Amino acid sequence: MCLSIPSRVVEIDENNYATVDTMGVKRKVTLDLIAEEVNVGDYVLIHVGFAMNKISKEHAEDSIAAYNEIAEAMRDGEISDEEGNSNYV
Amino acid sequence: MSEVEVDLIEGFRNPEHMKALAALIKKECTSKINIMEVCGGHTHTIMKFGLSQILPDFIEFVHGPGCPVCIMPKERIDHAIALASMPNTILATLGDMIRVPGSKTSLQKLRAEGKDIRSLYSPLDVIKIAKENPDKNVVFFAIGFETTTPMSAVLVQQAIEQNLSNIFFHINHVTVPEAVDAIMSGGDAKIDAFLGPSHVSVITGFKIYEPIAETYHTPVVVSGFEPTDVMESVLRIVRQMNEGKSVVENEYARAVSREGNLKAQELVDTYFEQREHFRWRGIGDIPMSALKLRPKFSAFDAEIVFDEILPKTELNDHKMCICGDILKGKAKPFDCKVFGKACTPSNPMGSCMVSSEGACAAYFKYGKLNLKGAKA
Repeated sequence: MCLSIPSRVVEIDENNYATVDTMGVKRKVTLDLIAEEVNVGDYVLIHVGFAMNKISKEHAEDSIAAYNEIAEAMRDGEISDEEGNSNYV
Repeated sequence: MSEVEVDLIEGFRNPEHMKALAALIKKECTSKINIMEVCGGHTHTIMKFGLSQILPDFIEFVHGPGCPVCIMPKERIDHAIALASMPNTILATLGDMIRVPGSKTSLQKLRAEGKDIRSLYSPLDVIKIAKENPDKNVVFFAIGFETTTPMSAVLVQQAIEQNLSNIFFHINHVTVPEAVDAIMSGGDAKIDAFLGPSHVSVITGFKIYEPIAETYHTPVVVSGFEPTDVMESVLRIVRQMNEGKSVVENEYARAVSREGNLKAQELVDTYFEQREHFRWRGIGDIPMSALKLRPKFSAFDAEIVFDEILPKTELNDHKMCICGDILKGKAKPFDCKVFGKACTPSNPMGSCMVSSEGACAAYFKYGKLNLKGAKA
């Protein structure tokens, strides 16, 4: 499933790969699809290992707050968890 | 423009906000509206958060074809199986693709028999696999809508830049507007409005839906994935219907623009061209609805390089399966005689049961929450 949790760029290497932080989970993504300059601290929308676009800090932080609420609701058993199968859309 | 001032700081699941949106929709919606959510991600949100339950009965969701695993015809899966069965070969793909049965077996079963088949988190891993296995053929079975096509383009670009001669692409990338057009152009689909797929729109921009809104007089609202995004988008659809308007609106402005990601679009155009025909499981042939590698990259095209071993027979689903009608909003999963009996997620007979994002699979999993959806 597509999720739209914004990820914060914490490091960029010489091969145009960024290490991003998505609600505490760190992973490497490529910046090859982004035309404009990306800097540490910027937020990006990622999908299966690719950054798809930049998102403004304000929007990103709002979105993360929303996902935190969802995660909390899941912890409280309000929403059932699901298999973490990510489809490739 | 919506009059509801979304207080973003409150987040997208604030129950009060959800209730307020539901109340507004209930107040303003005075006749039945069939809304197709094209994207499997939206289907998931609608089912998972039980949005049908808090929306008035007038709002009916029709689950569209926006799940690349579900729409893959069996003959293309048979291609993957033939390629994975070649000696000295690694086949890589993503998502639920390996679970889906072709005419005789699935990639998952083949893997259990010892074939090297890998389900990846990211397409980028294919490059790594090809480099680590220079003496093997590495075939990437590429699936997905406009969101993932540029990613495959990057892979081809990297394969060329890194002189990799052992990597091949079996391209199954499909496009949203042509599929929607195919569903609507028959004239018998019961769809009044569309929720536009969001990640597709991040890449393509929301301009791609303008011809649909214009041709079929259906509002299109590009929506984010959070439950309140979907509710907000439904309200915008209701208001357009009340005003007799049918335009494209962008509820997901925080990630989508009218023009989209131009660099990604350029990459796609560099490496891919339209296919004249592509058969969609559950719908049938839709002209110009899919892409293939341009001829100058045919050395990387698995369909050309391994043409001799690929089966050519077209395979349809069982006659009992009504996925085609479900995709057009003419029927609901519960209307199907084999739903939940002969056809289940572990043994899918038709496209909508194949992946967790298909309409039947979603009903099977969350159906108890959505009995309202049982009424077609």
